[in-house]
Formats: sequence, C-alpha cells, structure tokens
Amino acid sequence: MTTATLPVTSPASSPSREPRRPRDWRRVLDWVAVHSLGIALGLMFALPIVFVFLTAVMSDSQAFTKDLWPREWHWGNFLEVFDKAPLLKYLGNSLLYSLLATIGMLLSSIPAAYALAKMKWRGRNAVFLLVVGAMMLPPQVVAVPLYDTWSSLGLTGTLWPLIAPYFLFDAFSIFLLRQFILTIPQSYVDAARVDGCSEFQALVRIIVPMARPGIAATALFCFLYTWNDYFGPLLYTSEKPDQWTLSLALSSFKGMHHVQWNLAMAVTLLIMVPAVVLFVFAQRSFVKGITFTGVKG
Amino acid sequence: MTATLERVDVVRTAPAKGRSRSRARHRLTVLAFLAPAILGFTLFFGYPLIATIGFSFTKYDLINPPEWIGLENYAYMFSDKLFRTAVYNTLWFVVVLTVARVVFALGVASVVARLKSGVGLVRTLCYLPSLAPPVAATLVFFLVMRPNEGPLDAFLGWFGIESPLWFADPAWAKPGIAAVMLWVSGDLMIIILAAILDVPQEQYEAAELDGAGPVRRWWHVTLPTISPVLMFGVVNSIILALQLFTQAVVAGSAASGSADVTGATKNLGFPENSTLTFPVWLYTQGFRYFDMGYAAAMATVLFVILFAATALLVQRMRKSAHQEEGGPGA
Repeated sequence: MTTATLPVTSPASSPSREPRRPRDWRRVLDWVAVHSLGIALGLMFALPIVFVFLTAVMSDSQAFTKDLWPREWHWGNFLEVFDKAPLLKYLGNSLLYSLLATIGMLLSSIPAAYALAKMKWRGRNAVFLLVVGAMMLPPQVVAVPLYDTWSSLGLTGTLWPLIAPYFLFDAFSIFLLRQFILTIPQSYVDAARVDGCSEFQALVRIIVPMARPGIAATALFCFLYTWNDYFGPLLYTSEKPDQWTLSLALSSFKGMHHVQWNLAMAVTLLIMVPAVVLFVFAQRSFVKGITFTGVKG
Repeated sequence: MTATLERVDVVRTAPAKGRSRSRARHRLTVLAFLAPAILGFTLFFGYPLIATIGFSFTKYDLINPPEWIGLENYAYMFSDKLFRTAVYNTLWFVVVLTVARVVFALGVASVVARLKSGVGLVRTLCYLPSLAPPVAATLVFFLVMRPNEGPLDAFLGWFGIESPLWFADPAWAKPGIAAVMLWVSGDLMIIILAAILDVPQEQYEAAELDGAGPVRRWWHVTLPTISPVLMFGVVNSIILALQLFTQAVVAGSAASGSADVTGATKNLGFPENSTLTFPVWLYTQGFRYFDMGYAAAMATVLFVILFAATALLVQRMRKSAHQEEGGPGA
C-alpha cells in the first residue's frame, strides 16, 4: 500500500513544480509516522485479548508460566468450564435480564421519545432535562431506598428489581431514541397528521419504520448494558447463586478456581462473545449510536 | 406553536369548540405516551432520591424501623478514616481519569482520522474493548499485568524496566485500574473521531494555504472546532470516575486471591484500601454492614457533587438545543 499509492502522486506533481520535492519527502515521512502509530494503536487494543485467548487454550500447568504461546492447543477448555460452574444457569439468568429489559425498554421508551421529539406541549424541555438528569445518576445514589422497597416486597434475591424498571422508564434509551427521532424531518409527521393519522398511527406507521436503525442501536446498547451490569446483580442476587448473571459469576470464577488461569480466561472470552457478535452484525448501528450520545447531545 | 394556535382561534370562532376538544385529545395523547415514563421516573428516581435524603438522617439496618438521629451520619464522616480514603481515591480517579481519558481518546482519534488505509480496522480494534463487560475487562488486565508471568512484565523487561506488582501494590493498583479504563475508552474515541471528521475541509485547506503544517492545522483548526465534544468528554469522564465501582471491586478482590462474590467484602479496597472508591465504601456500609442510614448520607453527598458536575453538561446541551430550535422544524 505504502509504495503503491505514493509514487503515483509524487511524479505527477514533481515535474511541474521542482522545488516542491522536499515537501513530498515530508509527506512520506508524515504518512509513515501516522500509519506506524495506527498499527501500534491497533496492536495495543488488540493484544490483551490475544493474550487472553492464548492463555485460555493452554494446559493447566502452562497457563501458570511466562509462556505466551500454547505448547498444545486445549480447545476443550472452553467446554470444561461448563463442568466447573453452572454456566448455562448463569447464561439463562443473563439472557432473562437482558432480553426482558430490552423488550420492556422498547415498549416504554419509544412512545416517550416520540412525545419528546415530535409533539408540542408545555414543559417538554423541563421533562427532557429530567431525563438527562436521571441518565447521569449513578445507581448507588438511589440504591438504599430501592433495596428497602424491593426487600419489603420480598423480591430481593431475584432479578426482578432490575428488570421491572425497564418496562416503565430508562433514561438513556429515551434520550438516545429522542436524538434519533429528531433527525426524521418534521414534514413526514405533519403529512401523516394531515392525512388523518392519529399520533399513535403516525408513531407506528411513520416514525418506527424510519427510526429502525436508531431503535436497533438503542436496543443493542440496552442489551449490552444489562449484560455487562455488575452492580445491579451484585446488589440484589449476591446471596443467591442460582440467580447470578454471567458478569457476577465471572467475578467469583477467578477466586473459586484461582489456580486455573486458562479456565478463568476461557470464561472471560465466552462472556464477551455476545458483544463481539452483535458488533460484527450491527457495526454501523453501534458507531452511529455512540456518536449520537456525544455530538448531538 | 401554542401561540399560533390561539391566534387561529381568534380569527375563526366557529370551529373553536372542535379545536379545544382536539387540543384536549392532544394533551391526553402526550400524557398516554409519557405515562409509563412518568410513573417510572417517580418510582425509581423521584421517590428514592427524596427517600435517600430522608434515610440519611436515620439509623436503619433494614430490620428495625428507621430511627431519627439528625445529622449524626454526616458528622460521622469527619471521623471515618475510610471515608476520607474513599474520597481521596475517588478524587484521584476524577483527576487522573478525566485528563487521561480525554487526552488519550483525542490522541487516538487524531491518529485514526489521518490514516489513509486501514481506518475501519483500527477503529474497530479501538472500539471493541469498550463493549467488554467491566468485570471481563478488569480480569483481562489482571492477566496481562500479572507480576513475573504476565506479558506486560516481559515487555517492560525488554527495556530494563522492573514492573511493579500492579494490582497487589497499593501505589500501583489505581494506575492499573486507570489502564483498564483507557483500554475501554473506545466509545469516547469514536465520538471525538466523528467530530474531527465533521470539521469542514475548507478550513484545513485555508490553513494549508497559509502554510500551516499538520501539527499547526490540528492545533488551530481541529482543536477549537471540536472543543464542545471535548467538553462532553470531560463531563462524561468526571461522571464515570465518580461512580467507579465494578473495576475497583473486581481488581481488589481478584488481587487479594480469594475473590468470591459474597466473601468479597473482606477484600474490598485491597491492597490497603487503595481501591476503596466512594461507591465501594457506600456499598460496603449499606449492603454489607447494613448501615443504611450512613450509606444514604454518603449517597446524598455523591448526589450533590454529581449535580454540580451535571449542571455543567446540561448548560452546554441547553445551548445547543436552542440552536437546534432556531430551525423551522421546531
């Protein structure tokens, strides 16, 4: 690549302007510097995962050593971890939490985001500010009264205190969906209204199909946030191992099997699979969604 | 908008009745769309926020009814040594993470923006780690930075640098966690990268005509144009640092060697409370020692500090919202 593109441009410009030569050299140097930095950065981000993978397929004894490259490839480690801990149980709990929360979020947040983005009413800006405020609030701030309430309802020790709120309100999702819906031209909604559509029809027939990429991105973020959540499951289910999610279980895995680096790393990789798979299939949604949280915010 | 509607009403008096009815319907629709959100906000934010402040004046262990003790919880903070440690650790993260995260993400984004080939690949590699569960990301670094056997140890060895014990050394545990946080800062990098790519090309061309090299173009054109996004990065990082919990708990309990979920309490803050952040101490007090009143007081303090930090961001967003509404659509 390096040699292929550059010589093409430099002879083209050099015959007419001889004195420009030193400038071209600087460009080449600049190109080399930027691309070596790029390669270094790529390596820096990728290498930790590569090490984790290589450790995960080592034998028990080799995982203990300084070796970076496995002498034998123990692919069976990825299956063996399922014998060491009830991972399928944890996987089921994680899926229950993430899927139900995402479904609940979509049901509750899409209409709210539409009302905030495309309907006119007094107090809209104030309500939007409340949403932003709720988005910034760390879960620890409201943990005490919520735990108190859920425990008096007898629901601590289950994942329901974490799932239920999504069916009513999720600040980040409402915020992100609103940002997406704002980019849909108002004229589409107005046209639907002129044609006699009710607001609900305008939402279902016009907004939802047009905002599909935004809805997908919001669903992805919601799924991953709950999948990655540690504080929530720790707070409500730490005493009930049969309710643990994968994230919570992983934090204990290293302790329970702390001699077996290879297995601990195999689990670490397995828990990252959904994120990677989702990203590969929906890279554009991710990038678009993440840019929306910052730039348009 | 409401103003225009009223004006129409004055002009045409005949259909006024129908209009006010449709207006009532409009209001009902708004209410219906927002009903779950209003209920949810009240139950999961409004009530607990007020209740937290209420609980902060009580002694409460979840079993016996709360007992009013006035400002005692707040007074206790001044004699609680670990509270001071927790405040120090969290402030350390606020300062170090905010600077490091924004500078690092800006640096990475600036390099990626100038790549001519392989942009997609490098961008993906930078972004992917930020999707990893915090527990997993911390354990990844625990492996990479493990003393004597880890690859980082070997790497530093090539340069003759003796690697510290990282998560087992009170002086290096926090920098270790900061390294994890930088590894997962790809989301901020993507945001900054998008902003850099949005800078109008003409501005660069104009600067180039003035004889500005790449570095000066970056300093005089890129930086000022993307400064609002950098501001977002700063506030976002402050909020992130103030609520740092998972990475600290996992690093502390994994390094102490006996990490199991319920027993983790004993090792929170390991080594020597160097990873005891404010939220970790809040969690320990409230949900391991069941001193809910004291935890609520700490939550109130955290809320007040966050409120100040958030006000900054909201102010900025309000400004940009006004600009948006200048258009005919709104």
